[in-house]
Amino acid sequence: MQPISHLFLIVGIVMAAILLLVTVLVLYASFRYRDSAANKLPRQEFGRTSLEILWTVGPVLILVFIFAMTIHAMKESDPAFSVNQQVDLVIVAHQWWWEARYTKSGVVAANEIHLPVGKRLFVRLESADVIHDWWVPQLGRKMDAVPGHPNFLWLEADSPGFYSGTCAEYCGAEHAWMRIGVIAEAESAFESWAQHQLEVPSKLPSGGDAAQGSELFQQLTCGNCHTIAGTSAQGKIGPDLSHIGDRLTLAAGRFKNTPANLAHWLTDPQAVKPDSHMPNFQLTDPQVRQLTAYLETLQ
Amino acid sequence: MSDVPYMPQMPATADHLGATVEHEKSGLLGWVATVDHKRIGILYLLTSLVFFGVGGIEALLMRIQLARPNNTFLSPGAYNQIFTMHGTTMIFLVAMPALTGMANYLVPLMIGAKDVAFPRLNAFSFWLLAFGGLFLYFSFIAGGAPAAGWFSYAPLSEQPYSSTTGVDYYAIGLFVLGMGSIAAAINLIVTIAGFRAVGLTIRRLPLFVWMVLVTQILILLALPALNASLSMLLIDRLMNGHFFVTDTGGSALLWQHFFWAFGHPEVYIVVLPAFGMISEVIPVFSRKVIYGYEFVAASTVAIAVLSFLVWAHHMFAVGLGHSIDVVFAIGSMLIAVPTGVKIFNWIATMWGGSIRFTTSMLFATGFLVTFTIGGLSGISFAAFPIDWQVTDTYYLVAHLHYVLFGGTVFAIFAGVYYWFPKMSGRMLSEKLGKTHFWLMLVGFNMTFMVQHFMGLIGMPRRVFTYPDLPGWAALNMTSTIGAVIMGIAVAIFLWNLIISFVAGEPAGNNPWDAWTLEWATTSPPPAHNFDLLPPIRSRRPLWDLAHPEDPDWKHGH
Repeated sequence: MQPISHLFLIVGIVMAAILLLVTVLVLYASFRYRDSAANKLPRQEFGRTSLEILWTVGPVLILVFIFAMTIHAMKESDPAFSVNQQVDLVIVAHQWWWEARYTKSGVVAANEIHLPVGKRLFVRLESADVIHDWWVPQLGRKMDAVPGHPNFLWLEADSPGFYSGTCAEYCGAEHAWMRIGVIAEAESAFESWAQHQLEVPSKLPSGGDAAQGSELFQQLTCGNCHTIAGTSAQGKIGPDLSHIGDRLTLAAGRFKNTPANLAHWLTDPQAVKPDSHMPNFQLTDPQVRQLTAYLETLQ
Repeated sequence: MSDVPYMPQMPATADHLGATVEHEKSGLLGWVATVDHKRIGILYLLTSLVFFGVGGIEALLMRIQLARPNNTFLSPGAYNQIFTMHGTTMIFLVAMPALTGMANYLVPLMIGAKDVAFPRLNAFSFWLLAFGGLFLYFSFIAGGAPAAGWFSYAPLSEQPYSSTTGVDYYAIGLFVLGMGSIAAAINLIVTIAGFRAVGLTIRRLPLFVWMVLVTQILILLALPALNASLSMLLIDRLMNGHFFVTDTGGSALLWQHFFWAFGHPEVYIVVLPAFGMISEVIPVFSRKVIYGYEFVAASTVAIAVLSFLVWAHHMFAVGLGHSIDVVFAIGSMLIAVPTGVKIFNWIATMWGGSIRFTTSMLFATGFLVTFTIGGLSGISFAAFPIDWQVTDTYYLVAHLHYVLFGGTVFAIFAGVYYWFPKMSGRMLSEKLGKTHFWLMLVGFNMTFMVQHFMGLIGMPRRVFTYPDLPGWAALNMTSTIGAVIMGIAVAIFLWNLIISFVAGEPAGNNPWDAWTLEWATTSPPPAHNFDLLPPIRSRRPLWDLAHPEDPDWKHGH
């Protein structure tokens, strides 16, 4: 981000100066040469080549300067990589959510991507359907996720915190709710998060709503699209739910991850996120309660 | 060659010229069956005006939806259809017809011709536009308008992701419009090449005609690229083709290359004639000859050539690699130079003049600053690491509206206030006109200036709603209020058109004391345009008539 904001600052100052010049000239001419009642015809000037050269060469010089700064910022903000570079993280964009696969640990996450602070990850960006665009403004350049055309970029956060981002290429009905959260944390916190993600959710809950919910999850067709580790649900269409309780938001940033919102989502996904690929299962209230209780156990 | 006879002697003033008005046929049939370039021009302008109203209402619906975060005024499906139709309408059914209409009306008059080269083809072009536009809008009642954006990126525009017939209507509709544009371009090129009055050499052409000529060449070269890609999209959608379907070996990026190979020249297709109108308006109201005629004309050609070498600057975020980004950045930056040359020549024309701030001149003056803002933010995209942040955000929405509204639409308003008296025989109300201008200037900047900041703080374009993040609600509400002010300004403009058409002051032949040939005939001109033409020995034949003591031709122009 630093090199780009630096470039923006420089270009912005140059642009502001040119705009100021043009505005002052236009305003000066407007007031100074405003029609006087005298109705005297002004002198007819046909042009002067020296001035034409001045306002051709002047801008060229300014642009040469901007071009040099551009090349510099390009190298700084999007460093070259070798073809053999090991990919650390594969991000797959879907209508309308993000899948993240950490190649070394095997962790699979959705919508919220954890990074170790100060470590540069090499990312391969793919799309499962249409063109999307990865954009976390504070973490550097945006990059399209194009089906059939994997892209690569470096991802690094200098300080811990939550970085908000979003899909920046129009990708259909729910483009607005395809938000990204990046959580940058110290290496040790990141490692323990990754460890936790790899754990298979503790044995199936026994008794109560949660147990019935877990049964319901298998009976209905949830597993066709979703994965829950340690169960027969191994679908890859929708987000992995093995640790859904851990997430901050639901439905790619649509709302906070609370039991009430989860119940709302399960009751009528099409009301919450119209046209999303999660169908309305016409669940009864008890079923919603049971499923919510079950999913809440998946921490 | 024009076959209008020439005046045997130079009269003292141009007011002696002209003839009584006559029409081909009266009533509705006269308009439907017309092959008169002036009537066809007006039909184009009225069509553009109707769609401007439609596209404007679509814009207001979007701004209402975005006024507050998490708003539910429009469903995502409705919003996405509306923003797609807004962009498609404003480009293809407003900007292009308005400029083609102006060119249709004015070019034969400005070059002293009776009509365009192929009047029937001219009528055909217009009716392709009218029916193409209706066809596109029919999609709303045929199962849903297209919702893949005005540039319809594949594979989103393909059958699996756009399963209604909307995109088919888009593709066929634009294909029809494209044929009309190509036919109109051929017509205008032949007219300008072959039907100029004696003495009106290419170096004496009014700058509007110059820029129309260059624009038509752009249309002739760029529109076929669009029509070819639309055909491929239709083959994909209707016959299971695979050009852009990635699952079956097609390429999503191919569509982008094809589309922008048309799409960037298209930007200049809707900007260059606007430059042409500004180049007519500013000299007349500054009471000075255009400064640096050759440079204004030559910079137009430079822009046209460069416009074919910059298309991939729409694709900096696609991942084409640094070397390609660098090449297209160079072209995109270079295009700023001839554009700057124009701005400075227009200011130099005002400099030392005796400026009459009519509504037309106010819009032209406003254009100089608002268009400059759009041009300058354009350079920030050419410095492509900035593009890697701001492309496809509201910063881009702001940029394109400063170019297309602050540029093209402001220039069209300047042109309408300037030429309405010629077309209707009546003056537009200056009082309403000035209200229109100031409200528009305030509303426009309020709507779009804040959008730069919305983009910089992370708001992507084409979202039907947004989370309640710090600052977003306030900026969006400001933008919405600005849009409402623009809506009021447009309503005043419409009222001005109606009331002035009915009861405006009679204009006379040459109300602005202007210098090009269209002002040498009556307002409105007779069907055959001219009874007699003044001798043409310079770029400003009517100036020469009015100022026999200091004609331009004595200066070698």
